[in-house]
Amino acid sequence: MARDLWSLVLIFLFFSACAATTFRPISDGHRSAASELFVPIDGSYGSLEDTYEALRTVQILKIDRNIDINPHTCPVVSEILEDSSSQTKDVYYALGVNSILGCHIDSGIYEAVISRLQSVIKGAKSLYDFYYSIKGLLVIKDQGISVVLEDAGDAFHSIKALSQSGGRWRFSSNDAESSTYAAGLALEALAGVVSLADSDIDQSMIGIVKNDIRKLFDSIESYDDGALYFDEKFDAEHQSPLSTSASVVRGLTAFAAVTSGRLKIPGDEILGLANFFLSIGIPGTTKDFYNQIESLVCLEDNRLAVPLILSLPTAVLSSTSNDQLKVKVTTVLGSDSPPLTVKLVQASRLDSKSSPVLAHQELKFDPESSFHSLDILPTSMDVGKYLFVFEISLHDPEHKHVCATGGQIQAFIYYTGLIKIESAEIAVLDSDVDAVETKQNLDLSKDNVVSLSADHLQKIILSFQLTTPLGHAFKPHQVFLKLRHETKVEHIFVLKNSGKLFEIKLDLLALVEKFYYLSGKYDIELAVGDISMENSFLKSLGHIDLQLPEPSEKASHPPVPLLDPYSQFGPKPEISHIFRAPEKRPPQELSYAFLAAALLPFLGFLIGLMRLGVNLKNFPSAALPATFSILFHAGIAGVLILYLLFWLKLDLFTTLKFLSFLGIFLVFAGHRTLSQHASASAKQKSA
Amino acid sequence: MVKSSGSDDARALIRSLRVAYSATPTTLKIIDLYVCFAVLTALIQAVYMGMVGSFPFNSFLSGELSCIGTAVLAVCLRIQVNKENKEFKDLPLERAFADFVLCNLVLHLVIMNFLG
Repeated sequence: MARDLWSLVLIFLFFSACAATTFRPISDGHRSAASELFVPIDGSYGSLEDTYEALRTVQILKIDRNIDINPHTCPVVSEILEDSSSQTKDVYYALGVNSILGCHIDSGIYEAVISRLQSVIKGAKSLYDFYYSIKGLLVIKDQGISVVLEDAGDAFHSIKALSQSGGRWRFSSNDAESSTYAAGLALEALAGVVSLADSDIDQSMIGIVKNDIRKLFDSIESYDDGALYFDEKFDAEHQSPLSTSASVVRGLTAFAAVTSGRLKIPGDEILGLANFFLSIGIPGTTKDFYNQIESLVCLEDNRLAVPLILSLPTAVLSSTSNDQLKVKVTTVLGSDSPPLTVKLVQASRLDSKSSPVLAHQELKFDPESSFHSLDILPTSMDVGKYLFVFEISLHDPEHKHVCATGGQIQAFIYYTGLIKIESAEIAVLDSDVDAVETKQNLDLSKDNVVSLSADHLQKIILSFQLTTPLGHAFKPHQVFLKLRHETKVEHIFVLKNSGKLFEIKLDLLALVEKFYYLSGKYDIELAVGDISMENSFLKSLGHIDLQLPEPSEKASHPPVPLLDPYSQFGPKPEISHIFRAPEKRPPQELSYAFLAAALLPFLGFLIGLMRLGVNLKNFPSAALPATFSILFHAGIAGVLILYLLFWLKLDLFTTLKFLSFLGIFLVFAGHRTLSQHASASAKQKSA
Repeated sequence: MVKSSGSDDARALIRSLRVAYSATPTTLKIIDLYVCFAVLTALIQAVYMGMVGSFPFNSFLSGELSCIGTAVLAVCLRIQVNKENKEFKDLPLERAFADFVLCNLVLHLVIMNFLG
């Protein structure tokens, strides 16, 4: 018991220690998807931003552009660059597009753009102004035109002034909320300032920014498969985790490239970010595609740590074709890795607790195909699902500082094989004594044409054995027996196993109800299927003639077979909701007329009182009795007002609470008033 | 002849009733007036209900019962206050009035709860 517990704990620790699973690097699948996604319409990709992102993605993936978009795009680019009132963002994207397309722009225009961007930086208030103008200057500088940022220290300070706690940035000084996406933009802008500066930036400021970056990495989030990403805490700009992570990666790698000294970011975190971008697979939108590819190209060659990705060409190995275990280690974009050795730490079956089938094997490297392979899989390996754990060790100790390999890497592998099917037989038994009436052997490697007959007092038994190539019991994912009547009414039964033996006993007496008392010919089909079973099959076994009793009156009728079996997936008939019709209300005028009529008796009551000559002469005149009398009447009025409030808004409990106070007061005042009144009238009488 | 004497009789009867009623104390007359007021109001509500239907029924019931309830309570008050009713001779006027007020307050608490 204690040993089991310990092994459970060890397995748990093992799984939590090496959470990284395998991802595939960028491959031809990406390239063909990109060439379908980035297609210019009428010789243009749309806006300049879209054009730049499309051109940049296509450039990174080294896809040939079949359509020349220059005639359509270059006039737009030169128009934006010549117009002195165009937005900084447009200018940056125009410069970016121009750097890829190579439009003919006069050097005079560059000079004007440089001075315009310089003045934007001097007066910039928001992070976007800094970002786009500095990036624009960088693009011009990359084209071989000398650009020097004056007052680089001031620009650095102004951008740094927007930083917040936790390594995040604000978009402008008016913004209350800080953003991770903005942090990426800011880092990229700061890196641009450093590379454009005419003199060195204060090293202490750079040290502070490096500290900010470390704080930013405290907020990194993770998926279970080992992928790490950044997410926006305050989603004011509606940035997805992909665009946020992409922004941070661009900023981080740019900043690391221009500053001396190492940034202390663990290689595993860089690898986790690379895994995140690769785990997306092939994105569906151009924006996501650009973000993914641009981030990966930043990670492909960065000064922090170059992530190396271990991938498997196939997750299925067949025992019949003696497949080799092959893995490939590449960079994120699929180029070759530095010399290294891949070790198989261990391989173990997922569904058993037995010891690993393989441990501590070194994979052989084939320089031609650049695959690491393991020739011989052990003969003790049976079919099933396996967990392989790999480890990468670099040959050159220098590379250990440059590359991130991410410790132990898990991969799930299916080992498939041919499953032996033996002693298959089908029999009809007499119910009361279980005596075999007819019995036929089956060969499940091909279709059978068994012909049986049975009545409702008999039983049908189907049994067979499944064994793995190594002779162990095998339990497939699906084992179904299907009986189909001539009228296409189907019945499906699941076969249970005990060890190797699969058996089903159909007691026809108990099933007549389920069979809708339908006598006649039933086709028998058997389906056995599993992912690691290479000879999964759906075979016809023949047919059986059933003689079932006549249906009783109460018996349910067989369902009508659907004309179109797919119609059940079609839209359901619309449900129309029935609401209670509102009560008929009288016309408003009538109700108002009756309100007035209901007040008429009260008017009559008042007139009648006047006719009777009612007066208030008996109202006490002395100060104290008069006060109590007034209080008594005020109390009654108070209770009535409370009732009105109860009707309009109060609930019963609040009303009762107030009523208890008012009631006590009313009883007191009423008692005083009425007893004074009584004594006064008694005096009058006696007098 | 018989007819005219019948109408004269009726007139004489009403006159004698009026004379007898004019001897009733003013306090009782006030109560009578109040009862008439309450019953008339109840009648008007019933007529309204007959014309437009009983929805919302709880509101109709509470309005109706409020009038009839106060009318009944006022009749009870009148019985207790009337000096000719010997069995209530020992009961002071003030006590009867206090009962009347208390009962009315309780009745209307229920009415308000039911009004909806």
